[in-house]
Amino acid sequence: MECRKCGGRASINMRQHKLPLCRDHFIEWIPAQTQRAIESYNMFQFQDRVLVAVSGGKDSLALWDVLTGLGYRADGLYIDLGIESSEYSKQSRARTETFASSNGLTLITVRAADELGVGVPAAAALTRRGRGKSCSVCGLTKRYVMNQVALKNGYDILVTGHNLDDEAATLFGNTLNWQVGYLQRQWPALEARPGFVRKAKPFCRLYERETAAYAFLRSIDYIYQECPYAIGAKSIYHKDILNRMERDRPGAKLSFYLSFLRAKAWMRFAEAQARLEFSACPVCGAPTSADGLCSFCRLKERVHERIGVSERTHSYD
Amino acid sequence: MSAILLLREKRFEVRHGMTIRSAMLALDLEPTAYLPTRDKELLTDDEILRENDEIRLIAIISGGAAVSSEAR
Repeated sequence: MECRKCGGRASINMRQHKLPLCRDHFIEWIPAQTQRAIESYNMFQFQDRVLVAVSGGKDSLALWDVLTGLGYRADGLYIDLGIESSEYSKQSRARTETFASSNGLTLITVRAADELGVGVPAAAALTRRGRGKSCSVCGLTKRYVMNQVALKNGYDILVTGHNLDDEAATLFGNTLNWQVGYLQRQWPALEARPGFVRKAKPFCRLYERETAAYAFLRSIDYIYQECPYAIGAKSIYHKDILNRMERDRPGAKLSFYLSFLRAKAWMRFAEAQARLEFSACPVCGAPTSADGLCSFCRLKERVHERIGVSERTHSYD
Repeated sequence: MSAILLLREKRFEVRHGMTIRSAMLALDLEPTAYLPTRDKELLTDDEILRENDEIRLIAIISGGAAVSSEAR
């Protein structure tokens, strides 16, 4: 197969665009598409201070690579979740630190254990929220820490490496259950609100195989192994279903996601978000829709009760 | 008289002369979920498998910890 641009040997064929590209043209295409998404959804400007949430995986490291290559002022945030199984956190942290140091980039590291008293898997095991499955506690911890670190360090925007497969799988899951609140909030960029930093997903229109191919072709050393707690996760099940649709109908995932974004302009989702009222958490001050402590401080308090810690502090203060 | 597909620690022997895509489908592997490589070179999946080829498949799916779907 030949590269559409130069006629050389294609390294990847993007069936949904009917676009085969060689290595060099693909490596140019990814940043160009990312910049288009940044502009299309008004994500951020070159003068903004950008915080990239990096996990050591292909998407986040590729995103950091693309943004710095485009000329954005982007620092990284790594959250050490304390996943000891298969040395997952150790390996992912090492790759993130190596990427940052070899590219001369600034990396902020926060240990979940400094916040919770124990790592995420242990916290999940200690609480009902975890119920033996760490993903919910992991998601809550990441969202909380990312937001707090971005706000406290004065970043204009927090960006994550979510790709189109992530977004389509999320949309699929939320549609199956008609989660109107989540459907209403799903968008490539979320405005800042009191207590919440602005957020964006610059890779939201790129397929996961494209971000993986970019990381491979750029020789980015990312953690290849899957999070040991992701086995059996619903998001992966949904991705698998969508990939089967994509095989038979190239562009199915792209169409599903982009038509959703277009439809949002006129579909009347319940105004769930508008009705939510936030107040400040009495412990950490973060906005919360709950009465009393925010979800993270409730989780933390529960974990601390179990492990016998009494003081309420934040490691990143 | 065959080619090999490698996926993590697994090794699949397939007929040469077919495309990588056909070989993946025959093994019930979803072609959209893997990147085929030979000698650290990325390949399109219409590439014909040659005799004694060793193709390493990179699994691309990640996920698990829900971040995007939930309330912020």
